[in-house]
Amino acid sequence: MLKATIDYLTFELLKLNPASPLGQSVNFFIYDSIKILLLLLIVTNLMSLIRYYLPLEKIRDFLSTNKLHGLEYFLAAGFGAITPFCSCSSIPLFIGFLGAGIPLGVTLAFLITSPLVNEVGLALFIGLFGWKITIIYAVSGIIIGVSGGYILGKLKLEKYVASFVRETKINQAAVKTTAKKSIRQIAKIIWQEAQGIIVKILPYILAGVAIGAIIHGYVPHGYFEKYLGKENFWAVPLAVILAVPLYSDHSGIIPIIKVLIDKGIPLGTAMAFMMATVGLSLPEAMILKKIMRWQLLTTFFGVVTLGIIILGYLFNLIIF
Amino acid sequence: MIIKILGSGCPNCQKLESLAGQAATELGLDAKIEKVTDFAQIAAYGAMAMPALVIDDQLKLAGRLPKLEELKNLLANA
Repeated sequence: MLKATIDYLTFELLKLNPASPLGQSVNFFIYDSIKILLLLLIVTNLMSLIRYYLPLEKIRDFLSTNKLHGLEYFLAAGFGAITPFCSCSSIPLFIGFLGAGIPLGVTLAFLITSPLVNEVGLALFIGLFGWKITIIYAVSGIIIGVSGGYILGKLKLEKYVASFVRETKINQAAVKTTAKKSIRQIAKIIWQEAQGIIVKILPYILAGVAIGAIIHGYVPHGYFEKYLGKENFWAVPLAVILAVPLYSDHSGIIPIIKVLIDKGIPLGTAMAFMMATVGLSLPEAMILKKIMRWQLLTTFFGVVTLGIIILGYLFNLIIF
Repeated sequence: MIIKILGSGCPNCQKLESLAGQAATELGLDAKIEKVTDFAQIAAYGAMAMPALVIDDQLKLAGRLPKLEELKNLLANA
């Protein structure tokens, strides 16, 4: 129904030719923007709701007080996925987790997954790729976090955590809630948080969709395949390397990779490119350098890079 | 009353600082606002997401920017 309305708007009211690149681009831009905005409203509100009842402090205390026999890696990665990522929070979070006695590997499982999978990414994936690929995306992000965290945990890298981190005594008393809140007040807080996230990322999403729309309308099918197609064995690592200097979050990059896939780039290559863009960035490395010595930092980034590359190859093998 | 804003200088931390100042002025409180940017200290308060608000050494809020009304409530009841 939405599609029919927007077809009517672009081709009848605006009198654009459905066969022309401009008509295609404008139609694509309006349709994708509206669809993504609706999904963002739903997903961000849902996630804010979960976070209201499951704040970071509770997650930390749960992970630090329970013996979970390996399950803690999955929980940490899962919690990382539902927590919105902000690079400015990664240091206090890292110190907070380690200070509460959570093992380094489990903490890193959280830290790896948090940027790879989040609410904005989920909303965009559902809107642009459908449920099946969204689940693949979420599960693979969590798998990279779990296996990366597990491997890093086994490597005994604790001595490469900056010494001030180990010396910090943390106050585990969670945020004191002053009074019981009514459902209305809670709903208001959740709505405000969701709204804040959407307002912040919307310009990037629109820019991403606009670039995608231009590629959709003007770049011929198969254009990228020459370089990043399935026959090129090095396409996956190449995509990952190309992505490192790009500093973007999901909002800008997913609408673009959607179009690249439409134009013939294999899903695994595109997914590796996306994950490397959000998960491996130089500014993030500079921030983490304050708490990790270079041995830990490079191993950390190496393991995540490897995980993303393996995943990219795996997808290209399995799908299509 | 001592209000501490914990944060590494992200845009929301700066907003929280000016909001806290406004809230304290509107309530007529004699409050001193301090910024804490040292990560070890931030973590020591138990905050794991930015920005965070500490009133008289009690962590009151972490990981989100409150509206002025909510902030005034927190300050009034501290």
